[in-house]
Amino acid sequence: MAEFVMPALGADMSAGTLLGWRKRPGDTVARGDIIADVHTDKADVEVEVFTSGVVEKLLVGPGEKVPVGTPLAVILEDGKAAPVLPPSVAVEAAHILASPSAKALAAELGVDLASVRGSGPKGRIQRRDVEQAAKAAGPPPAPPAPAPRPAPAPVEPEGAEAAMRRAIAAAMARSKREIPHFYLSETIDLSRTMGWLAQENLARPVQDRLLHGVLLLKAVALGLREVPELNATWQGEEVVPSDAIHLGVAIFLRGGGLVAPALHDADGQTLNELMRSFRDLVSRARAGRLRSSEMTDPTITVTSLGERGTESVSPIIFPPQVAIIGFGRLVERPWVSEGQILPCPLVTATLAADHRVTDGHRAAAFLTAVSRLLQEPEGL
Amino acid sequence: MITTYREAVRAALREALESDPRVFLMGEDVGRYGGAFAVSLGLLEEFGPERVRDTPLSESAFVGAGIGAALAGLRPIVEVMTINFSLLALDQVVNNAAALRYMSGGQFSVPLVVRMATGGGRQLAAQHAHSLEVWYAHVPGIKAVAPATVADARGMLLSALKDPDPVFVFEHATLYPLEGELEENGLPLGRAAVRRGGTDVSLVTYGGSLWKTIDAADQLAGEGVDAEVIDLRSLRPLDLETILQSLAKTHRVVVVDEGWRTGSLAGEVGMQISEQGFDLLDWPPQRVCSVEVPMPYAKHLEDAALPSAERIAAVVREMLA
Amino acid sequence: MSVREAAEAATSERKHALAQLKEMLRIRRFEEKAAELYSLGKIRGFLHLYIGEEAVAVGAMPALSEDDRIVATYRDHGHALARGLPPGALMAEMFGKASGCSRGRGGSMHFFDSSRRFYGGYAIVGGGLPIAVGLALADALQGKASITACFFGDGAVVEGEFHESMNLAALWKLPLLFLYENNLYAMGTGIERSQAQLDMELRARGYGVPAQAVDGMDVVAVEEATRRGAEAVRSGGGPQLVEFKTYRFRAHSMADPDLYRSKDEIEQWKLRDPIVFFEARLREKRLLDDASLAEVEAEVAAELDAAVAFAEAAPWEPLEDLERDVYTPAR
Repeated sequence: MAEFVMPALGADMSAGTLLGWRKRPGDTVARGDIIADVHTDKADVEVEVFTSGVVEKLLVGPGEKVPVGTPLAVILEDGKAAPVLPPSVAVEAAHILASPSAKALAAELGVDLASVRGSGPKGRIQRRDVEQAAKAAGPPPAPPAPAPRPAPAPVEPEGAEAAMRRAIAAAMARSKREIPHFYLSETIDLSRTMGWLAQENLARPVQDRLLHGVLLLKAVALGLREVPELNATWQGEEVVPSDAIHLGVAIFLRGGGLVAPALHDADGQTLNELMRSFRDLVSRARAGRLRSSEMTDPTITVTSLGERGTESVSPIIFPPQVAIIGFGRLVERPWVSEGQILPCPLVTATLAADHRVTDGHRAAAFLTAVSRLLQEPEGL
Repeated sequence: MITTYREAVRAALREALESDPRVFLMGEDVGRYGGAFAVSLGLLEEFGPERVRDTPLSESAFVGAGIGAALAGLRPIVEVMTINFSLLALDQVVNNAAALRYMSGGQFSVPLVVRMATGGGRQLAAQHAHSLEVWYAHVPGIKAVAPATVADARGMLLSALKDPDPVFVFEHATLYPLEGELEENGLPLGRAAVRRGGTDVSLVTYGGSLWKTIDAADQLAGEGVDAEVIDLRSLRPLDLETILQSLAKTHRVVVVDEGWRTGSLAGEVGMQISEQGFDLLDWPPQRVCSVEVPMPYAKHLEDAALPSAERIAAVVREMLA
Repeated sequence: MSVREAAEAATSERKHALAQLKEMLRIRRFEEKAAELYSLGKIRGFLHLYIGEEAVAVGAMPALSEDDRIVATYRDHGHALARGLPPGALMAEMFGKASGCSRGRGGSMHFFDSSRRFYGGYAIVGGGLPIAVGLALADALQGKASITACFFGDGAVVEGEFHESMNLAALWKLPLLFLYENNLYAMGTGIERSQAQLDMELRARGYGVPAQAVDGMDVVAVEEATRRGAEAVRSGGGPQLVEFKTYRFRAHSMADPDLYRSKDEIEQWKLRDPIVFFEARLREKRLLDDASLAEVEAEVAAELDAAVAFAEAAPWEPLEDLERDVYTPAR
């Protein structure tokens, strides 16, 4: 997704007035096309767009004067998909300015205020902005130009859950359709891990105790340092690796639905920090108070069905990520340990990876790393 | 039938004097002079000096006398020439008229009506241009009303006379020559009236500012903005209900009030709207009031100080930009 | 006059005299009690005692009929008692109870009783004068025979309201009796520091209002003067003013340290205590002796005890009624 901004059309230009648009939402643009006419102090100028793609949204209207650099339109670049955003979870950014009436209307229409651009002073969202957004919303954003576009669903206010389901359904279908998934599994002996954890938790007050899932998350994060090609996003025709490791943590919402917000820089956080971050994410996810950056930042997702899940899970990758790790539930099974058959705590880790990006070798190396890291829990 | 505001008040006075022997009119120059604004012209000849009583320039004494007469069973209509002079009688108003019932534990009612001309816009300068209705609206125990139409000039005075408590009637001085229909509107004293229906913004006002507000609405209509105009009619009690009903449609409100901005009645209305209608608001409540200066004499200065249709329209435009 | 008439006159004179003595004593003991209760915290706010001035209220009231209207000031206990308001209701009012004459809403300064045409009790000096004008105006307009008596002090006569009210009453020839209780001090300001023209008769004449001045410590003189004034008003000649030269033995209010008067002056005036003076007079005339005085005191004491008990037992107005009677309820 790219923003077309008010260009600086001269060294001393500080602001320009949009005279009119030459393209409308839905139009395809190629790099170099004239997209708008802009008035500056010196002249009226035809302005070209620097990205190819489809015009998604116009942010500024004719006659408006805005400073240089102000986003004027949103363009979906070729091959790039908009990030998966369940639109009806009431995601509230830290300071969304919206009139009381607009907030009430947004709740009523199931519009996510974080996705609405406000036309009022200080960018305050007003009723008409919400109404516009509700009209523009519907199915998830159109895929890149060559692929056939699904017919837009009729726009009507719907419940939060129904809209989320539709969004998830569309995203999952597209993922399976477009990404060549392959799967690897590893059963990991967590005797050492759980033993260490028990000792650790003995010394901690109840509210500070660590969950074993946090150890799994840390091991995944550290494992990704060793196999960084799994910590990347697929953009158009190529893989773009990510420097930072932001683990998307799948959180199942009460009443149905799923969000996978980011634990930022998971590899750098201590177990305590991860525990706190995780707790905070879960409570905010359930309260509908996640930030939009948390929704778009994950570089890889970790999912676990928890106590009530199955022994293993084969998840679907969340585009534009290139991998996803699923953990089954913790089970006690007979295991051969140092020549003896013993009941041991085990967990099955399943990695789904994008075969365009990596192969079995590298994927296996990742899982092996995770398992190894978990054998030395004090190093996590 | 078409008549003027002034004549409508006179009609009400005449009707009251005719129908109720307890009613009498008292004030400066109401008799021989015919009323400073010619409201009571001819009434002295018709009803005699006992019922249409000229007073000396003693605001405190004759307003207090009105209170005393009301206590003793009469229905006095005291005319204070303008709100500017009423300040001399504020002690009688606040400490007696407003408080007697409460202070005596409910033993007395004070069925007094006090009429006064109010407002600026006639180049009469700082001491003759006040719009201090809000001071009266502030005091529990009295009622304050502002008839802005010809029909209300008659109707609200007659309703006030039926009220057992003190009612202060504010007649904007520029309204006296206003022409209009004398039809009954049957609205109770405390109810506001929607003078013009609309969907884009609620313009709430009272008294002399009504007509400027309607002008502004007409101007805005030409620009595609449909403004609803609400005439408060009653300042105490205040009909918030009607305002909220309007706001539920428009989500935007401007209060137009000739009083000075700080501590204005508009401030009170805005606060009540915030308290009870918060979720209806798509924009903070706005107000157009007098600029905070003692009213200047020079026309261009006075015009700039007072609310005007242009200022009202400009505020609305900003809200809808 | 026949012997019989003389005897009857003597009896009624005696009755009347004893009643007046009792009335003054009732006020005196009531005020003393009020001072005590105030210092105990039962009575709050401001308390303005009438001690020393009893002869004025007691002497003036008989000149006024039940149809006449009375307006007083914040120093209204004496006038209210003399007008017949029950001591219990007044005590309860000062306690702030719902059984008070103003339902606990007014306190010491705002006694009201519509059934006795007692129109308050005003805390703003001079504030009651215009109301008195209005009451008189109403009676004049309705052709009623009643008159309005307005009590006020030396503080009021320099307020604008006094000037306006005198002028208006005289101009319209209203049945208004101005009763001027000159106790020489408006709180801490003596009349010589407040009035450019001390001669009230002269001032009143300036408005066209006939005036007389009498010794306010002599209940008989007060009654005589008030009757004369009331008669003149009733005859339709317009307002009259009667000045009573009197003195309050206590400070302006319970809060006043009384620094502006010399002890000597107060003692001098106490020598002319209206009750002591009247008692002496009655003894001289053989209308009073120790026994009958003791009886009167005992009756007064009993009444007062009952009044205090009534006030103590009386209920408080419920909080839910806080906003009741701001406006008259719709019928």
